[in-house]
Amino acid sequence: MEQLAGFVIPGIPFGCTYALFAVGLVLTYQATGVFNFAFGAQAYAAAFVYTWATQVHHLPAWMAFVLTVLVMSPLLGLLFDRALFSRIPATNNMAKIVTGLSLFVGIPALLPVIFGNQNLLNAPSVFWNIDRVYLRIFGTPINGAQVTVMVVTVVVLVALVALLRATELGLQMRAATESRRLVQLDGVNAGQVVAVAWVVSSVLAGLAGVLLAPLFAQVQVQDYTTLMVAAIAAAGWAALRSLPVAAGVAVLVGVAEAVLQGYLPTSSWLYSAVLPSFPFIVLTVALLVVPGLRVLDSERDPLASVDPPPPPPLRTVRLPAMDRTIRWGWYILLGAFVISMLTWMPRTWENVFNSGLAFSTVFLSVTLITGMGGQLSLAQGTLAGVGAFTAAQLARHLGFNLLIGGLIGAGLAATVAVVLGILSLRLRGLGLALMTLAAALFFDNTVFNQSSITNGTTGLSLDQKWVAPFGFFNPNGHALFLLALVVLALCVLVVNLVRQGTVGRFLAAMRGSEAGAAGIGINLTRQRLTIFALSGALAGLGGTVFTIQQQVGNAQQWSYELSVAFVVIVVTSGVSTVEGAIQGGIGFVVSQQLLTYLPGRFGGSSLVFVGFAFGALTYAAHPEGVVEYQKARATLRWQQRIFEHG
Amino acid sequence: MAEAPADLDMDRTASRSSEALLTVRGLRKTFGGVEAVAGVDMSIRAGETVGLVGPNGAGKTTLFNCICGQVRPGSGTIVFDGVPLDRMPVYRRARLGIGRTYQRIELFPELSVRDHLLVAERARSGHGRLWKDLLNRARPQPDELSRVEAALQLVGLSDLADTSVAALGLGTCRVVELARALVAEPRLLLADEPSSGLDVHETRQLADILRTVQRRRGMAVLLVEHDLAMVERVADRAIAMDLGQVIAEGPLKTVMAEGRVRHAYLGTDR
Repeated sequence: MEQLAGFVIPGIPFGCTYALFAVGLVLTYQATGVFNFAFGAQAYAAAFVYTWATQVHHLPAWMAFVLTVLVMSPLLGLLFDRALFSRIPATNNMAKIVTGLSLFVGIPALLPVIFGNQNLLNAPSVFWNIDRVYLRIFGTPINGAQVTVMVVTVVVLVALVALLRATELGLQMRAATESRRLVQLDGVNAGQVVAVAWVVSSVLAGLAGVLLAPLFAQVQVQDYTTLMVAAIAAAGWAALRSLPVAAGVAVLVGVAEAVLQGYLPTSSWLYSAVLPSFPFIVLTVALLVVPGLRVLDSERDPLASVDPPPPPPLRTVRLPAMDRTIRWGWYILLGAFVISMLTWMPRTWENVFNSGLAFSTVFLSVTLITGMGGQLSLAQGTLAGVGAFTAAQLARHLGFNLLIGGLIGAGLAATVAVVLGILSLRLRGLGLALMTLAAALFFDNTVFNQSSITNGTTGLSLDQKWVAPFGFFNPNGHALFLLALVVLALCVLVVNLVRQGTVGRFLAAMRGSEAGAAGIGINLTRQRLTIFALSGALAGLGGTVFTIQQQVGNAQQWSYELSVAFVVIVVTSGVSTVEGAIQGGIGFVVSQQLLTYLPGRFGGSSLVFVGFAFGALTYAAHPEGVVEYQKARATLRWQQRIFEHG
Repeated sequence: MAEAPADLDMDRTASRSSEALLTVRGLRKTFGGVEAVAGVDMSIRAGETVGLVGPNGAGKTTLFNCICGQVRPGSGTIVFDGVPLDRMPVYRRARLGIGRTYQRIELFPELSVRDHLLVAERARSGHGRLWKDLLNRARPQPDELSRVEAALQLVGLSDLADTSVAALGLGTCRVVELARALVAEPRLLLADEPSSGLDVHETRQLADILRTVQRRRGMAVLLVEHDLAMVERVADRAIAMDLGQVIAEGPLKTVMAEGRVRHAYLGTDR
């Protein structure tokens, strides 16, 4: 009994940290109708600035606390509401999710650009001293930071339940979530109510970030995202509705983890494989069994039809002459590119473009699943990793040719995607995004961290002879370029054939109305699984090509953060067109390379992610992608100048 | 809205069979504490048009959704042409010959009018194979195109075939929905308040189109409609529902004269 208590008690503060996040997620969703993917990033930003202020500028902890939690966080919340979410119609769920994901990617990337690369260690505790044991429960010592987290969690929970249940503001917040318009008709300033909700939620994120900072040796975004997963799992079990249930489940998750950690032998595979994936398993089960999570995107607002539909993409009706000009322009550009790559292109830039072509192939999988299938998958990078590691392992252990292994890897990635599709059959929009995020995190923490699969941080070194018996394949020549180009061309052909074919038409119908599509005899399940499989295969192929180019495959290449970033990049460059995927792939690597010429804080890849995240923030206004939108505008302008006025 | 084609002077009952095409027995559906459909028994013969009337909340759309498979009933049986529908998914019911239109338009905004019909034609035949797409063998076949053109002509939409539905008005969208359902050559068409949101002129045109295609195709139609003039114009008989139950059945005028029906609509028998 005492042993069990010894495992349970330390789990409670951990559970409370999850609870703070879970309560914040539920509050935001309850009061604003937005699932705030950026909650962990906001908490990280607060922790970053708090630690930076105390450690670099030696501000007293209380002053840094006031600065970050009471000044910066509410301003950030207000900014999110006024500049972003209040401009998105309540019915446009996809835009709300994409905006949240953009902030998830953009905020952590923006911090090093603003503050420089900081190594922030040993954040001080705000209230009680972390080095002092304040009490013992069943002999287990509880230090100041743990006391702080537990006390603050309870206080926050009680205060928020009281706010939502016992105050007029809380009633207005709950009503505004159901229908802002109806609340406005009752004379309530719904915009102000939602803005207050964003401020409260952001303060909570800041509070959580600052309180948790001392629990980690170093302030790193990964710790906050890991917390987010457990918090999402807890919020999921509460169907994003009940604060006490979310907090209770969060504490239980923390305790269960601690107990498993205590009882499982450290040498067992359960310890290394199951324990890190425990929150993802909890989240997956919640998504499968909690009925409320299947209807997250269903419309509850009786006045929803007042909202205009999402803006149609800007289409240019090209004159035949303009069409010809553009087509020939592309042919000339493509020809010049190929000739340049085969003749004068410096090796550094050739490698950059090679990577761009491989990323374009992976991004085509996003075009398929999200642009054509209308399903938001956050696991495409993971599927690329599945393909890449399969090919590499088959080559290492069985001597398979990497190209053959790549095809088998693509098949395995397609299989994983189908399993994911089957698990997500009853989920739409936000539910599907969470399920695919859980899968990406599961692979990150459980599969890709197994040395037997990825060879740890060193990664799997590849030998180019594994591409034999293709004698022409010489990595010192242009073979890598030709391989990437041919694979991309084939994938483009596949996507175009599908788009113009029956499956493409069925998918277009399903994007318009699933009820209407089923009503005319379209098997929705089959179409969904088909597009999951095909997009998985493309991602797997792209991943293999990238790994062959790099001559090493490691887990960092296919982390879940990159999976999310891939969606943000493709959404910016154009999610529904083949050109969008290629622009995204080439733009991603070229901008990274160009930034290496800039000095200091602007020289890393952070600015690239910030740029794409900013681009994706315009998704609500330009669902076709801001790059595609600008291209269409430019085409119209040139058409008018050259052909119509001439 | 598109003009209705010339009516064919056929006997309304010419294509009607005496055997039931659709039989519903003891159907129940509860949402929380509300029994939306409370033990409905009804049958529809092949080729006949039945108007389903009743006040808001009577359970008409829920009954529709149960027949289409979009809502799973709590108990009861639905048999279509001798085939029990039970747990059959929506798309298989559609392929079996049950078409429907929706009270709230359910079109595909990215597609043109012709593409709507082409998609419906392909869906009916189950020709959605990926390998055909990848081998570039998914182009519309002449016989498919001719069926699509025939349906477009039948409802008078030929001139708008290449127009995107996003550019069409509500009345025309309702005709597109009807054409989309018709191209699959259903044996039973469920039309859910087709006149909703239309003016008197558009409603009359839609009724003419519905009557014409019903006579030409000889299909059965179950029509949910609040506009009793339209029901009278189109339907052979009527079924009245209230609070989830069938309360009267027969010729529309007789049904509307029933005390229970008047009570359901007006709160009084007189």
